Amino acid sequence: METIWFFLWTLLWAVYFILDGFDLGMGSLMPFLASNDHERRVIYNAQGPYWDGNEVWLITAGGVTFAAFPNAYAVMFSALYAPLLILLFCLIFRAVAFEFRGKGDSCTWIFSWDVCMTLGSFLPALLLGVAFANLFMGIPIDGNGVYHGNILKLLNPYGLAGGVLFVIMFCYHGALWLELKSEGNLQVKAFKAARVLWPLLLSMVLVFLALTGHYTESFDRLAQHPAAYVALALAVIGLVASRLCLNSSTLIAWICSALFILGLTFFGVFGMYPGIILSSIDPAYSITIYNASSSPLTLKIMLTVTLCAVPVVLLYQAWVYWTFAHKVTRETLKDEHSY
Amino acid sequence: MDLILLSRLQFAMTVFFHFIFVPLTLGLSVLLAIMETLYVRTGDDDYKRMVKFLGKLFLINFVLGVVTGITLEFQFGTNWSRYSAYVGDIFGSLLAIEATVAFFLESTFVAVWTFGWEKVNKKVHCFAIWMVAIAGNISALWIILANGFMQHPVGYVIRNGRAELDDFFAVVSNPYAWGEYFHTVSSAWMLGGFFVLGVAAWHLARKNEVALFTKAVRIAAPFTLIMALLVGVAGHQQGMNVAQYQPAKMAAMESHWTTQTRAPMYLLAWPDQENSRNLVEALPIPGLMSFIAFNDVNAEVKGLSDFAKEDIPPVLPTFLSFRIMVAMGCLFIFVAAWAWWRRKDIASDTRLAKILPWMIPLPYITIMFGWTVAEVGRQPWIVYNLMRTSDAVSPVPTSSVLLSVIAFLVIYTLLGLIDIWLLYTNSRKGPEPAKPAQEA
Repeated sequence: METIWFFLWTLLWAVYFILDGFDLGMGSLMPFLASNDHERRVIYNAQGPYWDGNEVWLITAGGVTFAAFPNAYAVMFSALYAPLLILLFCLIFRAVAFEFRGKGDSCTWIFSWDVCMTLGSFLPALLLGVAFANLFMGIPIDGNGVYHGNILKLLNPYGLAGGVLFVIMFCYHGALWLELKSEGNLQVKAFKAARVLWPLLLSMVLVFLALTGHYTESFDRLAQHPAAYVALALAVIGLVASRLCLNSSTLIAWICSALFILGLTFFGVFGMYPGIILSSIDPAYSITIYNASSSPLTLKIMLTVTLCAVPVVLLYQAWVYWTFAHKVTRETLKDEHSY
Repeated sequence: MDLILLSRLQFAMTVFFHFIFVPLTLGLSVLLAIMETLYVRTGDDDYKRMVKFLGKLFLINFVLGVVTGITLEFQFGTNWSRYSAYVGDIFGSLLAIEATVAFFLESTFVAVWTFGWEKVNKKVHCFAIWMVAIAGNISALWIILANGFMQHPVGYVIRNGRAELDDFFAVVSNPYAWGEYFHTVSSAWMLGGFFVLGVAAWHLARKNEVALFTKAVRIAAPFTLIMALLVGVAGHQQGMNVAQYQPAKMAAMESHWTTQTRAPMYLLAWPDQENSRNLVEALPIPGLMSFIAFNDVNAEVKGLSDFAKEDIPPVLPTFLSFRIMVAMGCLFIFVAAWAWWRRKDIASDTRLAKILPWMIPLPYITIMFGWTVAEVGRQPWIVYNLMRTSDAVSPVPTSSVLLSVIAFLVIYTLLGLIDIWLLYTNSRKGPEPAKPAQEA
């Protein structure tokens, strides 16, 4: 049961990374790709109907951490106090930028919200990468789950590598999405960006894997469960296939990129299994799915709720993606309801 | 400053700020759904413009509700980790269920509603706002069930050094939580009603879009009156729940020190917690306190002096908040009845038309006082009679919390000001002018 929940927990994070990943990527790329107000508005509206629904996956991932592994939630969130609050502030500014940007017309007003959008996309991508890499490596927690470190300790080489990897991964993912949703000059620029980002992403993945071998015990743990290598294989296949399809179909390239994110998330998180927060002070202090999980009754009820509700959620979210599956054009931007 | 106080300050600040946006979302979404249904039924373009105009205000408000809500979910872990570990088995699952069954629905359909005017047909579009309204109010139910567990914990057993779920049905049928839910939701719907009445009255006084805003008033006025009355009924019910399950809070709400039957309510009173008495006590209404607590003027009400000192909540804020809440509640019934009486032509009653826009902030303030009664009145417990607030706080450095309190203060003040400014300017702009007949 605990393992099922560990799997679902990983899946929720992976879905969040896939869905909000392209939002965060496009926001980070905005200053590089959009050269005028129209192009910036295309970037906002390419996330328009989705970003809110996408962000709920983060809330659900957080909520499920709380519900299924309350001890892990308690230790993780209090240990990562500063980065989490910075993440939160970024997401706040990013979200209100959508709604507020178009409500004023001075250049300063619009520029300020564009800055919020860019930083509010870039920093969360970076911080999520830093946080997860540090979790893979282990953080200094003692036997009572008290964290002995500070935010600077999280910015170690491996943590930073994780951060950079996430930024590039989301940017690539976002560039593909933008290529799908835009037209004309911006579409060309998005396509070029994707082509430039891919080799960067590949090299960063290789660097990260090498560093994972050096800094973490993930590979030793994965070796005990060879099935987990399926995740790594999925990631590699997704990444390579994404490049191969890039010239023929951006949509398939985007789906492959999503598979890559899924595979990488599973590879990283299952590298901790059965740990959920590894202690770098003493492995005995580590929090595992067994000492962190909720009671069997709660896990059972939550499983029922999740298995009933999440497929329905996926259905209606898919319907929304399908309903708004058109390009953002000058015509659609004339709609008074667009951002 | 110490860690517990700072953490409480931060929680109070962030939860109050969040709750500026929540009640309008709950109440206005229902009103918008009613208005849009009328549009679909009658084809009257006024309703459509009304929905679009109020919808713009709704969305400005909605986005802030979403983002400030994430703060709260994170904060149980960042600042109250010992609490989270102790009751997460129950509390965490309620929050997770809220996200999966309600919040997804709300966030997804709000997008359909916002962007779908031209993309989906009228009926689907109207269905979307109903989904937003229903999902939002279901969302509120799960959150209140979680709060209800803190107020009156049920359905748990202490096992493995924490509270574990024992009876899920008991948790979701917690009578305290349901009383709290009806009281909260009816007040939120009333707030939405006063919001529409205030905006409409402002425009009617200026002869803007008279036909449209009169129609809006005719929807909002009876709605507000019914809700204002229901808030009172649900409040009285909840008062009896408090008396039964949290007698110390009940006594603090009335600053009632000595256990007695036929307990009076003093119209004038001022608590002196240090000396376990009231400094001032005048104008008693015999039996009213017994009635509030037990619906029986002769019932015995336990006084604060009969509780251990360390179990008594801060009396002054609980007492004052309760007083102000009740007084405001009476005012709301009066004004709502007045608006309902003049619903056909509000502008002809200049006094009413002037008062209504100024009514908008009052339900907000009153709801804050209501939550102060609920939350301060529960102290010193974070989970009533189960866990003390002082045992719940995260082992994080005080300096981190101080910094985050300052950051929240700055960011939330900024956002609050922008929000008020945007609502103010956009509500004054009024609806888009009607299209010429041939286009419509």
